[in-house]
Amino acid sequence: MARVPIIRVGDILLATIQEDLHDSDALAMQEALTTQLERTGARGVLLDFTTVQTVDSFLGRMLNDVVAAIRLLGATTVVVGIQPAVAVTLVELGLELKGIQTALDAERGMRLLGMGIDTNRRHR
Amino acid sequence: MSDAQLDLRIPIDGEDSIIAARQRARQLAQSLGFGALDQSRIATAVSELARNVVRYATDGKGEALIRPLPEGKGGLEVVVSDAGPGIADVDQALGDGFTSGRGLGMGLPGTRRLMDEMEIDSGPGRGTIVTIRKWRR
Repeated sequence: MARVPIIRVGDILLATIQEDLHDSDALAMQEALTTQLERTGARGVLLDFTTVQTVDSFLGRMLNDVVAAIRLLGATTVVVGIQPAVAVTLVELGLELKGIQTALDAERGMRLLGMGIDTNRRHR
Repeated sequence: MSDAQLDLRIPIDGEDSIIAARQRARQLAQSLGFGALDQSRIATAVSELARNVVRYATDGKGEALIRPLPEGKGGLEVVVSDAGPGIADVDQALGDGFTSGRGLGMGLPGTRRLMDEMEIDSGPGRGTIVTIRKWRR
């Protein structure tokens, strides 16, 4: 069973990261996202971390890698829903995830990707 | 003295055990009254140490001992041990940016910043024991 469901909303791929993602699931997500980007021509990726309670340096590094790969494919990533405790832990750990766009929640993330949920929906 | 009945011994032997160890540490932290931020710090620190065992220890095997500390307002201690190759230069391993494997080199110094106390007992050929503690404020 796929531990990281990816759904397409217009020009955006929405991936929900599950709590306690296994290393292999994290790598599978990276592959699934880049494959789907290539196939769908999506130009934005929203990574939802709402339910993630622990981000260690492995997951942080994976996140850096996947965002870099998505950028090379001409799309933009926004990470949304990082819990306050996770945010503070990441900074203390030394993983500030510089260069990764973030938003407080999915709605703001969609707006950052130029896709309002109700209005101004762009078409390719 | 620590109540031995509350001690949790978790074998570290792969990816699943990393998640098991950090979940049990988080559960104990929660039951001891640690807040959400300290729970996150403790779970992440345990994840880093358990991952070091899986990545560097002989056969990727070791053990995490998780237990409450009764002193003061109470605390939590985790001892992660392995019989791997050991760390030749502990001071160097504690410096930011050091890594001997595929990583960002923030495992040990990052872990130390998350906890109140960290001790490393290691040397070439004699394995590694890392003890971390967090106290309730």
